[in-house]
Amino acid sequence: MTLATTATTATTPLAASSTQGVNGVALAVFVFFFLAVTVMGFLAARWRKAEESANLDEWGLGGRSFGTWVTWFLLGGDLYTAYTFVAVPAAIYAAGAAGFFAVPYTILVYPLIFTFLPRLWSVSHKHGYVTTSDFVRGRFGSKGLSLAVALTGILATMPYIALQLVGIQAVLDVMGIGGGENTNWFVKDLPLLIAFAVLAAYTYSSGLRAPALIAFVKDGLIYLVIAVAIIYIPIKLGGFDAIFDAAGKAFAQPGAVPGKPRGALTTGPNAQWAYATLALGSALALFMYPHSITATLSSRSRNVIRRNTTILPLYSLMLGLLALLGFMAIKAGTDIQGNPQLAIPQLFEDMFPSWFSGVAFAAIGIGALVPAAIMSIAAANLFTRNVYKDFLKQDATPEQEHKVAKLVSLLVKVGALVFVLTMDKTVAINFQLLGGIWILQTMPSLVGGLFTRWFHRWALLTGWAVGMLYGTLAAYGVASPTQAHFGGSSKEIPGIGEIGYIGLTAFVLNVVVTVVLTFALKAAKVPDGVDETSPADYTADAGDAGVTADLPPATAGAPTGH
Amino acid sequence: MPEPAASPTNRPVITPTRVVAGLCLLAPFVAMLWVSSYAKIEPTLIGIPFFYWYQMLWVLISTVLTMVAYKLVQREQRARKGGAAQ
Repeated sequence: MTLATTATTATTPLAASSTQGVNGVALAVFVFFFLAVTVMGFLAARWRKAEESANLDEWGLGGRSFGTWVTWFLLGGDLYTAYTFVAVPAAIYAAGAAGFFAVPYTILVYPLIFTFLPRLWSVSHKHGYVTTSDFVRGRFGSKGLSLAVALTGILATMPYIALQLVGIQAVLDVMGIGGGENTNWFVKDLPLLIAFAVLAAYTYSSGLRAPALIAFVKDGLIYLVIAVAIIYIPIKLGGFDAIFDAAGKAFAQPGAVPGKPRGALTTGPNAQWAYATLALGSALALFMYPHSITATLSSRSRNVIRRNTTILPLYSLMLGLLALLGFMAIKAGTDIQGNPQLAIPQLFEDMFPSWFSGVAFAAIGIGALVPAAIMSIAAANLFTRNVYKDFLKQDATPEQEHKVAKLVSLLVKVGALVFVLTMDKTVAINFQLLGGIWILQTMPSLVGGLFTRWFHRWALLTGWAVGMLYGTLAAYGVASPTQAHFGGSSKEIPGIGEIGYIGLTAFVLNVVVTVVLTFALKAAKVPDGVDETSPADYTADAGDAGVTADLPPATAGAPTGH
Repeated sequence: MPEPAASPTNRPVITPTRVVAGLCLLAPFVAMLWVSSYAKIEPTLIGIPFFYWYQMLWVLISTVLTMVAYKLVQREQRARKGGAAQ
């Protein structure tokens, strides 16, 4: 999940040093859960195994066989990541109300998924599409547009994976095994390297089945921890009255910007546009991400997706409760060592008995592994289908596709690891911000394409380029007290004068350019691409003519069922 | 649709059921994007400011609305499939 405002709040030096030493009991519990999910991850390959498993449908979409509950865990595990659990309360801790936009954002996501994604499911099932780019190529007959969508997806996903590793690091730091400033770099990063190696190994061998199975454990742990935290901690701290009283006083203190308070308990009149546009823009962006599409396409039928949108909000409720923990950290006077990201892990360590801290840390740690695995699979699917097969080796066999995807998922993760280990964490957060802005620019091609064939392919491509360019430049120009560039994701909206989310402004610009150019290109009679889909494809369901429950292995591009 | 060729044209795209379902899906957008309607502290609920509990309440409201939309759409789909089979 994108958490755009954290850029301003988390820009303090993130090099946290541990002062308390290793918490033995918590570490033992953490390691126990970690080993348990590792075993599960490898055994997952045998779960609901198909006869023919060496193809991309099996590895990358779990054979497209997941029902309501598995899809629910997969999507939930996917959208609510470890980074979310660390960053949402951290944003609340640092600035108050502004960080709560994550809640309306996740409320708005589900009506959108309800409306758009069943159509994508149907057309993908009818034509064997594995990625959004597959669909765009089929719909608009343009490999260039498909490549633009694929590259945007890969580019936006990479820093997202890196942030999952940042989430694990926060937990390791609080447990005292992250190492201090003076520790040898290898010793310091060893726990992260081990966690990473485990993740890479079971994703490689089990594909999407591994995170789907592990998501059960992850969510069980997370629900348990939050239920306990939201009851136990307020009782210890003297109730919500006392908590919000302390938070109100803390936010009234001067903050990083001279002459302005640190934060507020509600959004002020000047911050309401930013709040609303961030919620809307993030909601639109979320289901454009390759990993949410991967989780959706892996479901068994159209109805599984819609039924899921009625039960997924349970996670939003959890997210809201979790956000309130940020206020509790203020009241508890949690020592964050200059890094708001440590607020929640440190609060758990201070409040809970050691063994339960271990459970909580395991929940966050495993919560990072699930989405990281799904994201790397999604990025690998995109590369294999829309770069490798379309441009590098057009006659690739399903076995070759499968091999390349596995290898790329490994490369993507290594890239994320190198990113986290060599660069400052603020770089990862900045790129994540940009990723949200970028991925939103693929929306006219994807959602536009799901409903109408009116848009011209070159207009869509130009609109995308304009949106990308504006979004990147505008984000570059945002300064914060600690950063000269990429200091946040909100800026004055040209023509309106209010502060708003850059991604949404870029998106509006993108749509305007697309519409105007479509008129122009159609008037000039520039040839349109060939559309291989037909209107009935968008409402087809499992059991209909041409839609078989078991798709032929990864045959996108080859017309099926007509 | 089981047989797309059966009677594709004589079905209206906009039906009363779909309009109601659409409104159910639209309502959360109006409520959540109208920030000034809930950007206040009072009334508090067990010490939690209005701003926070109101938005969390909307998680539940939007869930109910989505369920209604789901049931409506599903019922209409069944009716259409039944109609096409006759």
